[in-house]
Amino acid sequence: MRFVDEFREPELVTRTADEIRRLADPARHYRFMEVCGGHTHAIYRFGLKDLLPSNIELIHGPGCPVCVLPMGRVDDGLSLAPSNDSQQREVIFAAFGDMMRVPGTTGSPLEHKARGMDVRIVYSPSDALKLAKANPGKHVMFFAIGFETTAPSTALTLMRAKSEGVHNFSVFCNHVTIIPAIRAILDSPDMRLDAFIGPGHVSTVIGCRPYEWIVQNERKPIVISGFEPLDMLQSIVMLLRQLNRGEAKVENQYRRVVPWEGNRAALRAMAEVFQLRPYFEWRGLGFISQSALRIRDAYAEWDTEQRFDVPGVRVTDPKAAQCGEVLKGVLKPHQCKLFGRECTPEHPIGALMVSSEGSCAAYYNYEHRKTAMVNILSRTA
Amino acid sequence: MGNRTKGNSDIENNNFSASEGCHMCLAIPGKIIEISPENPDSALVDVVSVRRRVDLGLLQDDRPRPGDWVLIHVGFAMSKISEQDANDQMETLRALGEAEAAMQEVEGYGLGDAEQLKPN
Amino acid sequence: MTPAAVLRNIAENTAPQVRFREPQIEMAHGAGGKASRRLVEGLFAPLLFGASLEPLADAAHLSINGAKIAITTDSFVVKPLSFPGGSIGELAVNGTVNDLAVSGARAEAMVVTFVLEAGLPTELLEAEVRAMANAARKAGVKITGGDTKVVEHGKADRMYITTTGIGSPLPGVRIDPRSVKRGDKVVLSGPIGDHGITILLARGELDLEADLRSDTRSILPLVEAMVAAAGPAIRWMRDPTRGGAATSLNELARDCGLGIALFEDNVPVRDAVRGACELLGLDPLHIANEGQFLAVVAREFADAAITALHATPGGEQAQIIGEVCDQPAGSVLASTSYGGSRIVDMLVGDPLPRIC
Repeated sequence: MRFVDEFREPELVTRTADEIRRLADPARHYRFMEVCGGHTHAIYRFGLKDLLPSNIELIHGPGCPVCVLPMGRVDDGLSLAPSNDSQQREVIFAAFGDMMRVPGTTGSPLEHKARGMDVRIVYSPSDALKLAKANPGKHVMFFAIGFETTAPSTALTLMRAKSEGVHNFSVFCNHVTIIPAIRAILDSPDMRLDAFIGPGHVSTVIGCRPYEWIVQNERKPIVISGFEPLDMLQSIVMLLRQLNRGEAKVENQYRRVVPWEGNRAALRAMAEVFQLRPYFEWRGLGFISQSALRIRDAYAEWDTEQRFDVPGVRVTDPKAAQCGEVLKGVLKPHQCKLFGRECTPEHPIGALMVSSEGSCAAYYNYEHRKTAMVNILSRTA
Repeated sequence: MGNRTKGNSDIENNNFSASEGCHMCLAIPGKIIEISPENPDSALVDVVSVRRRVDLGLLQDDRPRPGDWVLIHVGFAMSKISEQDANDQMETLRALGEAEAAMQEVEGYGLGDAEQLKPN
Repeated sequence: MTPAAVLRNIAENTAPQVRFREPQIEMAHGAGGKASRRLVEGLFAPLLFGASLEPLADAAHLSINGAKIAITTDSFVVKPLSFPGGSIGELAVNGTVNDLAVSGARAEAMVVTFVLEAGLPTELLEAEVRAMANAARKAGVKITGGDTKVVEHGKADRMYITTTGIGSPLPGVRIDPRSVKRGDKVVLSGPIGDHGITILLARGELDLEADLRSDTRSILPLVEAMVAAAGPAIRWMRDPTRGGAATSLNELARDCGLGIALFEDNVPVRDAVRGACELLGLDPLHIANEGQFLAVVAREFADAAITALHATPGGEQAQIIGEVCDQPAGSVLASTSYGGSRIVDMLVGDPLPRIC
């Protein structure tokens, strides 16, 4: 696969890993946070931790938009589907696959589907709009999640819904923004970090400038990274070089895709359709101001929250679940009391165990049952 | 009966699992095959011989052409992929090992300060 | 009574314990993964299979008045009914033949039940029955009887097919996961993922197109070739349908109590399957196949097995994809070319419903 396989070349991976060993100061313990859930997933999928020296610790950040969604918002979304539209229409609940097994108080969307709710998986917000056009007698509610990577696509879809006059369509908007999350991590007293592996795909939209305050105010380097093994390893090389020289800069490792200035058209679409909420609740991080998007009044008719009554109930996580601390990187997944026991990918208590970007799911699926296998494999491969 | 059961009945259609699909950061490179004549925002893209329709609406400031590579996320093209930057990156990575090998060779000659030759 | 007989007696007199505690049946219970296994082991097995301590298998080998026969049953629920490479009728025949083949038996005859939805066009039914007749002829199996039921419109999604097949055991083969040993090799007959992805694309719900066909076929010729080359050295076989290769290998690991080391780079996957999986965030190891099989062969005979497969039409892409190890016991560990590794689990949930 072009632009994928080259960045997985084993010989180069080994060389880059060697360079990392060469650069890592044995007297130091490095703590790098990868913000984005996609990076967490890549680390586990490719077993990248096995290639790093033991004094480099990768800490998983809160960049999984499914994981940071409080259960109350899932309940809100599900409550709308047996319709309370004034015209008494049936509602189709449409969402990405990641949402389908996220637990709400009365079950996940998939469980609701088994009980008769019309739940559909879509791979694009435009699929949801297509569903609306194909089902004129029903209302399609798209449960939108994601950071700035995904928000512009939702925005463009809403603009199209409006210009094409599709009225049986609305978006339940749970888009969040990455910078306030990073700020919250840095403000947290429990956190001690040396540097960041920056979110590659969010940056295709917002560019690299928004991270400059991290290097200026906090003096911590950040490298915007791609998702293939060579990308992530090269990013770690770049971070080590900066730290060894006492530098703190924003660097773009993912140059082939991320423009320094971001994607103007995407930002314009977002500005046209969305505005920042004064505050929004994040699982684990609490209420963060200016951290999430809502739909502007000009698009009120396509805003589920303005069109329907949303219960807006706050639901706290089960007491024993430590989703918050794992999200902040304070606890590793296996340190949560419920990990692997009451909470598994099959019976998830919190969304971190459901979403394949969640650190708990990644850790469970890839890490916690490995033993001395690696030695055997290097002998037989 | 084996330990696999195949039958199930449900009048609904799709019903996927989230344990595999990770869509939030999932973005894939694809090559533009053709742009729809009726709609410049709609393109047919090839991803390892799978063809899909992708929305180009977010690239209206710098429209890609057939043959260009783009990064696709949830059915939308997010960015053009620069072949030049990709090649540059590969060069840099290849140079890593070579510079190190060169360093070791120089050090082996015992010619003095190898620091000056360290790659940046 | 011998001690063993006493234990058997006690087991037979003990009321069967149903261990399945879930309040309702979900789609996942039919997906072939963990949930399916819980249902079968927790509800069906204790009530239907009694005190049998044999591991569950694709087909049962019975001895009736001295005659040895293998028997299997299968049901087919596919949407759409017809797709590139085949249709539900062919799946029904080939699936049955294959279940018998991987249990070490040659299919001799089968009976078929149709559950038809009122309103189904006759033309469609005829096409499926023709497809079945063709597939049976090709596979060398007789269809000797069956049953038909018709249900109201909306109650059957056009057509469900159930089959029961009987076969004669292949000489010199004894399939038992408990005979699997450390050092044994894992063989895969060909590329994975073709069937599941073909079905997904054939549904037309995604804006995806690719040049892919279902791999549905009888694998009996390949199995027979392998048996001829390595018969007594074959410890275990399975056809990885729902749940994919990952699920079958996890079942093996569980049943034999050992670990499976998988060499991810050796697993054959067509480009289009890879591309579709990347686009959709799916793992080819979890996708259903209808014309492939996995086998565990003693190390000394693994090369002979591969050579025999390569020499048989349809087996050209067979590969050794892994090895049996002590650790991690009961799990499958996949390694990549740079020493990174990951646990490959059984399927959780249901990524592709109504696949076969």
